[in-house]
Amino acid sequence: MSEGNAAPKETPGMRISDKVMIEMKGVNKWFGDFHVLKDIDLTVKEGERIVIAGPSGSGKSTLIRCINRLEPHDEGSIVIDGIELTEDLKRIDEVRREVGMVFQQFNLFPHMTVLENCTLAPLWVRKMPEAEARDLAMSYLERVRIPEQANKYPGQLSGGQQQRVAIARALCMNPRIMLFDEPTSALDPEMIKEVLDVMVELAREGMTMLCVTHEMGFAREVANRVVFMDGGEIIEEAPPEAFFSAPKNSRTKEFLAQILAH
Amino acid sequence: MAMEDVTGRPPPKSQMRASPVVWARRNLFSSVGNTVLTLACLYLLWLAVPPVLDFTIFSAVWSGTTRDACLGPDKGACWPFIRANIGQFVYGRYPADEIWRVNVVFGLGAVALVPALIPSAPAKRFNLIFLLVIYPLIALVLLAGDRPGLRPVPTSEWGGLLVTLVVALTGIVVSLPLGIVLALGRRSSMPAIRMLSVIFIEFWRGVPLITVLFMASVMLPLFLPEGMSPDNLLRCLVGVALFSSAYMAEVVRGGLQAIPAGQYEAARALGLSYWRTMGLVVLPQALRHVIPGIVNTFIGLFKDTTLVLIVGIFDLLGQVRAQLSDPSWTVPQGALTAYIFAALVYWVFCFGMSQYSNFMERRLNTARER
Repeated sequence: MSEGNAAPKETPGMRISDKVMIEMKGVNKWFGDFHVLKDIDLTVKEGERIVIAGPSGSGKSTLIRCINRLEPHDEGSIVIDGIELTEDLKRIDEVRREVGMVFQQFNLFPHMTVLENCTLAPLWVRKMPEAEARDLAMSYLERVRIPEQANKYPGQLSGGQQQRVAIARALCMNPRIMLFDEPTSALDPEMIKEVLDVMVELAREGMTMLCVTHEMGFAREVANRVVFMDGGEIIEEAPPEAFFSAPKNSRTKEFLAQILAH
Repeated sequence: MAMEDVTGRPPPKSQMRASPVVWARRNLFSSVGNTVLTLACLYLLWLAVPPVLDFTIFSAVWSGTTRDACLGPDKGACWPFIRANIGQFVYGRYPADEIWRVNVVFGLGAVALVPALIPSAPAKRFNLIFLLVIYPLIALVLLAGDRPGLRPVPTSEWGGLLVTLVVALTGIVVSLPLGIVLALGRRSSMPAIRMLSVIFIEFWRGVPLITVLFMASVMLPLFLPEGMSPDNLLRCLVGVALFSSAYMAEVVRGGLQAIPAGQYEAARALGLSYWRTMGLVVLPQALRHVIPGIVNTFIGLFKDTTLVLIVGIFDLLGQVRAQLSDPSWTVPQGALTAYIFAALVYWVFCFGMSQYSNFMERRLNTARER
């Protein structure tokens, strides 16, 4: 384990293996003339929990959206669990089956019930029998503590409930990696905790997670590495203790001073 | 969230249901301007409604078998004229002993359509397959009689409501799926497909339907080799279907644009393919948004079928006009009666479609509460 002083919060499920799940090498990306990602190198091992922080517009979201190719990268290589991401649609679909994603705006399908949202991909992508998909969905809805909402429509739920459904929906594909793109930024303050609790639990069970967030408490509690980005570059990478107490780069210091000030 | 039982004060008086007098005072006579408008509207209604009711109902001739019944001063609509010619209006010049075939097609269509329109009716999938695949084939065989044991009836003998329904329903059934494909094509990331869709849509939208029908009916045979000339009605059907597909494509595209990018991204992130993303996530939402536009196009199409008259096909309106020249029924109010009848028939169909679309919208909205 990389950080010795983090031992007390570690649980057996949080062990990190040597297996490399995500390997990004020399990744560059442009939006038109705008250079969003600059020479990104990032390696994530199975069971690691990475929090990506940084000012807005720093390329955090774009970085994790490249991992399931919602954004194609222009240069460099991205290998997910042994599969290199290229133009090849078959490989992209293979990667997407193994990588779950949770969005800032939840992006639940409003015309389907909560249960239908969760069973959609198992039924059509995994070709699972209907009863099995339903049982699987119900078990994940129980884990995010909203089984009683299964037959409601997303529009009838609160933001926090919707985001928990979105997490359950992603988990129903039994992904090996979970990506979180600012999962609590669109929530009212009193709902942030219920979503973070679910994410902490998921981390304890050993899920490989990449999380773009401004929740520094969450980063302290579950991350084993914090990645700080600014201007499309990875500026600093450190275990949370080191990151928060002894940031090396001046831009990191400035950022931390701003977000921890209040 | 909104489910909790909240006990509190009753709403203030102003929100309670008012008595008719209070309502009228508040809504119709609240100010001088409002009062003037109300009175002006009442005056217009008084000018328009009584004469119409008088002509169509109170002074109208309801019984009789010849034109003599309708002659005389102060006689209103000549309904016996409609009754005497109803066969022509519905079937056109379809041979009298073969009319049962049209009736079977009408009856079968009604029997299959009604459960298809009721959302809770069982066996929806079979019902729709029957309606969209099997039924048109049965109808084609029965109407054209192109099989042993049935007397062939060329389409030149079809007419009246039969032709109107054939043209309108073919247009509706073809234009929706084709319009969806064109709308997806226009938003495709593949330039060749996008360009083909744009050219198709802009070509058909840019040409008047009359031109399309003339081209199909008069010009097309000139370009085709001798002896290879498809049926006139068939050519018009193809023309109407392609024409309305272009309009439908733009309506559907409007719906597609209303779907946030997050919906595509969420579906793709789950590993759904392009077609599943479209079919399961995007289109069900997009089509819901544009039900009013879709039905609007259907209604427009239904009424545009009257244009086939100019290429020598007698639809309902054409047949009504044709019967007007029947010398045994020349009465002064004949034309007015006939056009009122035709308008009423078109109105019933269009109003039916409009009401059904309202019903579906309400149903889908209550199911979703959003």
